[in-house]
Amino acid sequence: MEFISTLLNGLSSGGTYAMIALGYTMVYGIAKMLNFAHGDVIMVGGYIMYVMMLLLSQNVFLGIAVAVVFCVLLGILVERLAYRPLRGASPLAVLITAIGVSYLFQSLALIVFKSSPKMLSVLQISGALKLGKLSVDYSTIVTLAVAAAVMTALTLFVKKTKTGRAMVAVSEDRDAAKLMGINVNFIIMITFAIGSGLAALAGVFMLMKAPSLSNTFGAMPGIKAFTAAVIGGIGSIPGAMVGGILLGVIEAISFKIPLIAPYTDAIEFSILIIILLVKPTGLLGKRRREKV
Amino acid sequence: MTVSEFVLETKELGISFGGLKAVSDVNLKIKQGEIYGLVGPNGAGKTTVFNLLTGVYQPTTGTFFLNGKELKGFGQERINHEGIARTFQNIRLFNNMTVVNNVMVGLHNNPEFKCNMLESIFRLPKHFKVEKAMRERAKELLTIFGLLDERNNLACNLPYGKQRKLEIARALATNPTLLLLDEPAAGMNPNETEDLRKTIEIIRKQFGITILLIEHDLKFVSEICDEITVLNFGTALAQGKAKDALNDPEVIKAYIGK
Repeated sequence: MEFISTLLNGLSSGGTYAMIALGYTMVYGIAKMLNFAHGDVIMVGGYIMYVMMLLLSQNVFLGIAVAVVFCVLLGILVERLAYRPLRGASPLAVLITAIGVSYLFQSLALIVFKSSPKMLSVLQISGALKLGKLSVDYSTIVTLAVAAAVMTALTLFVKKTKTGRAMVAVSEDRDAAKLMGINVNFIIMITFAIGSGLAALAGVFMLMKAPSLSNTFGAMPGIKAFTAAVIGGIGSIPGAMVGGILLGVIEAISFKIPLIAPYTDAIEFSILIIILLVKPTGLLGKRRREKV
Repeated sequence: MTVSEFVLETKELGISFGGLKAVSDVNLKIKQGEIYGLVGPNGAGKTTVFNLLTGVYQPTTGTFFLNGKELKGFGQERINHEGIARTFQNIRLFNNMTVVNNVMVGLHNNPEFKCNMLESIFRLPKHFKVEKAMRERAKELLTIFGLLDERNNLACNLPYGKQRKLEIARALATNPTLLLLDEPAAGMNPNETEDLRKTIEIIRKQFGITILLIEHDLKFVSEICDEITVLNFGTALAQGKAKDALNDPEVIKAYIGK
């Protein structure tokens, strides 16, 4: 029974990682860049929610909606101002810009909200569902349900809509897509918008479990979600989902075993290294075949 | 917009990379419904001309017009919207997409299939209607190229000849007035080449479009092209009816030496 509840916990935190990892993997696949500021979008979303709670008192849903919309617009703005001017520049220039944007967000948050962590307890859902011996927190169930719904919707969007198809085309061959009349800048903008919105949503679920918000709130989950994206095969949408869930489950199990619990982070990153040694493209990553 | 008797007209079109004049003074005049050939030895600048006409490169000299409208300076997507579509010398399909999805990407900007993203996200009835209509149109195009049975296969799994055909179908899906084909018969056996010739004739008739093609197979060129231009070292050596131009002494010299 305890194993099942651990597994469900793992699945739900895995769902959160997957939502963040999707942002990394989609931006990598479509814009061909690593957006290291992605994790900090989670933190910005958290602070927006905090501000909304102060302003609106306890209207949680409105707070979440405002945070998600704000992050979507932030994603679009960052892409437009920081990354688009560098399109075609060396990948290193883009990478260092992304790291710069990340520090910019963290520093701004530190200036505005100071260093003492803010508590955002309104998001917490108390209580647990009890089925015989099995006990599952409601927050776990909500996270799982939303993560599953979001991933299904995104998969459908990519597979079944014009815009989704154009996204796949741009990730396959940007120049050929351009010559077929696809507006590549628009597609990249949409990608950033979706990724940032998902990051904000993931932030909500993280705050449900641990309500303490500081300016580095997004850093560790950002790195872990990036790890998840790489484990799954960066650029692959199902890969990010699988990688995120795998990471969440491994984390939950490791936490439960007292002997190895303190080494959980080390274990997760070791697994990344091992998977990359065995399969350098990640679990679902595609092998790039060079024609000779 | 001035009315022009030519679908495509280039005026002293040229580009230099640093000090190297890759293409210079290319003057093409292509009439509505014509199949026009661009031939010449390797490195003559044929593909560079295509890259200029599709906005991949910006010309350093001269300009070009599509139905009298100057397109110089436009980006690649814009030029496609104005009505020029192309295929590639080394095939560039969306390899991990299905055959039918490749064609549907080509249909993306067709005004007939307009559907904004909100309608798609909320899966309003319009979304399904448009998707269905797009799929039907894509299937019609695939039927012309004999690819209907392959529609659910990944593009990368098609045999070479079919990949070439799919590239043409995808380009046609963008509803061009001028279609640029970069070595459509390259690597094909005589049967496939003959088959391709028929297909090109059919699409000219059925879609009423004008075709500019690059080809090394001179027999193919003289059979299919109304007029040709022979390029060498980036400049036009000869222009005119295929038979005359190919028999021009300068052209023979360029191909086989003195």
